[in-house]
Amino acid sequence: MVELTEIQKKLMAEVADLHKIPEGAYNFRANSELAGRNTTANIDIVSKADGTGIDIHIKPGTRNESVHIPVVISKSGLKEVVYNDFYIGEDCDVVIVAGCGIDNCGGQDSEHDGVHRFYVKRGAKVKYIEKHYGSGDGSGKRILNPVTEVYMDEDSVMEMEMAQIKGVDSTDRQTVAELKKGARLVVRERLMTHGQQEAVSGYRVTLLEEGANADVVSRSVARDDSRQRFDARITGCAACKDHTECDSIIMDRGTILAVPSLEAKNVDAELVHEAAIGKIAGDQLIKLMTLGLTEQEAEEEIINGFLA
Amino acid sequence: MLELRNISFSVIDENGETKPIIRDLDLTVDDCRFLAITGPNGSGKSTLAKLIAGIERPTEGRVLLDGQDITDLSITERARAGIGFGFQQPVRFKGLTVFDLLRIASGKKLNVSEACNYLSEVGLCARDYINREANSSLSGGELKRIEIATVLARRSRLTVFDEPEAGIDLWSFQNLTRVFQSMREDIQDSSMIVISHQERILEIADDILVLTAGVIDRYGPRDEILPHVLGTESAQSACDRLK
Repeated sequence: MVELTEIQKKLMAEVADLHKIPEGAYNFRANSELAGRNTTANIDIVSKADGTGIDIHIKPGTRNESVHIPVVISKSGLKEVVYNDFYIGEDCDVVIVAGCGIDNCGGQDSEHDGVHRFYVKRGAKVKYIEKHYGSGDGSGKRILNPVTEVYMDEDSVMEMEMAQIKGVDSTDRQTVAELKKGARLVVRERLMTHGQQEAVSGYRVTLLEEGANADVVSRSVARDDSRQRFDARITGCAACKDHTECDSIIMDRGTILAVPSLEAKNVDAELVHEAAIGKIAGDQLIKLMTLGLTEQEAEEEIINGFLA
Repeated sequence: MLELRNISFSVIDENGETKPIIRDLDLTVDDCRFLAITGPNGSGKSTLAKLIAGIERPTEGRVLLDGQDITDLSITERARAGIGFGFQQPVRFKGLTVFDLLRIASGKKLNVSEACNYLSEVGLCARDYINREANSSLSGGELKRIEIATVLARRSRLTVFDEPEAGIDLWSFQNLTRVFQSMREDIQDSSMIVISHQERILEIADDILVLTAGVIDRYGPRDEILPHVLGTESAQSACDRLK
């Protein structure tokens, strides 16, 4: 166990809304070391024998409990790959809060590549919240490359809220999901890039069995000279439903590439994709200006609302 | 008091020729007046409304508010100086909620019950709307009423409405006129300029201005002007919309 520094505490607050020790199970990781852990009667957290990450076991029927597993890095030049596996028992209803914050004041790149695998058993319901945040004024980059894999059994539900609003220089996030009969996946992604940042967000969602249902909505804002790529591939193998939406505001000299693709392997698969990229509409700015905001204030309100 | 002095506004058409929209227009609107501006389609009514709000700038002439020249003030500065504007076509926002718009309009930390009052004024059940995004999931009529609610929340000394009755759907003219009445009573010395060719709105105005091809055709007290416009394109009854 190590004591968190003030910078690390600030990062914790940003990525997990944690201002004090949370109730329930938690595992804090700071500069690649364990900084705190708590388990409960229903939720066990075990370090992997080879030291590459943790296994989180949630007993069947666990309800209204939460797990916080934030990661903070405040050392310049630190690079790590971490594997966290979540085993969520049947009929659970739990909240999992992850997230990574990097503060890099040095000249070397800092990088956290977190691989999260979720095994969601029949009838279980999971709400997963993940925030990424970067700070520090060093020339070293803050890099986050998360991989999220979700394996969903019959009638399970996974709601994912993923946000990266500030300070991460480079990110390549890949989300893979496989849904069995009646499983439902809901994804709400929020992404804002600025400066010279680069972000890639890829989804591979496979609806394997009848009644599987996915709703993936990504909203993003690309400012300054930043570049984004949204790449979603949805495959429907049975009588299933999917709705994918990527909606982006482009500003300044930003670049956004949206690559939606749908693959139906069954005549009863209903797959829908909506994609839109555009600048903030002039009439939106004018309306807010007639309400007394400056053009800049109007722009901020529109972006904050869009990413809320 | 609003004064327009020798206001002209022209655009360059697709042939590169100058097309006048408003021609050398003089107009004074005193405090506590309700002015309805009517006229045939294409006469420049909406342009005149935008010139007052600062959305368009005059090619020539000056705009004065309470004796102060506001011609060069931006939309924001005019809004802060006390000019409100209700859009003919409400703007849709992805992400901003009805509450956000009312909060921005009020210019203060608005509480939910105050926001609800504004929505009730325009006949919307606040509970159903307050947290909804002001986007395409709402009907044109709902958005129009929300637009009017944002203007109410603004509490401007001079409010310009561009065809407030357009798209009002099932909500009645009677309610709209009641909203105008309560705005006048609530905001001291306030004036209202309403662009409309609906007879029922002309009937409640203090003064009527008829604009034709960018110039004032007639301007004076309602009782004097109304007989001249009844039965013309400038004064339609509510049922005409159904024809």
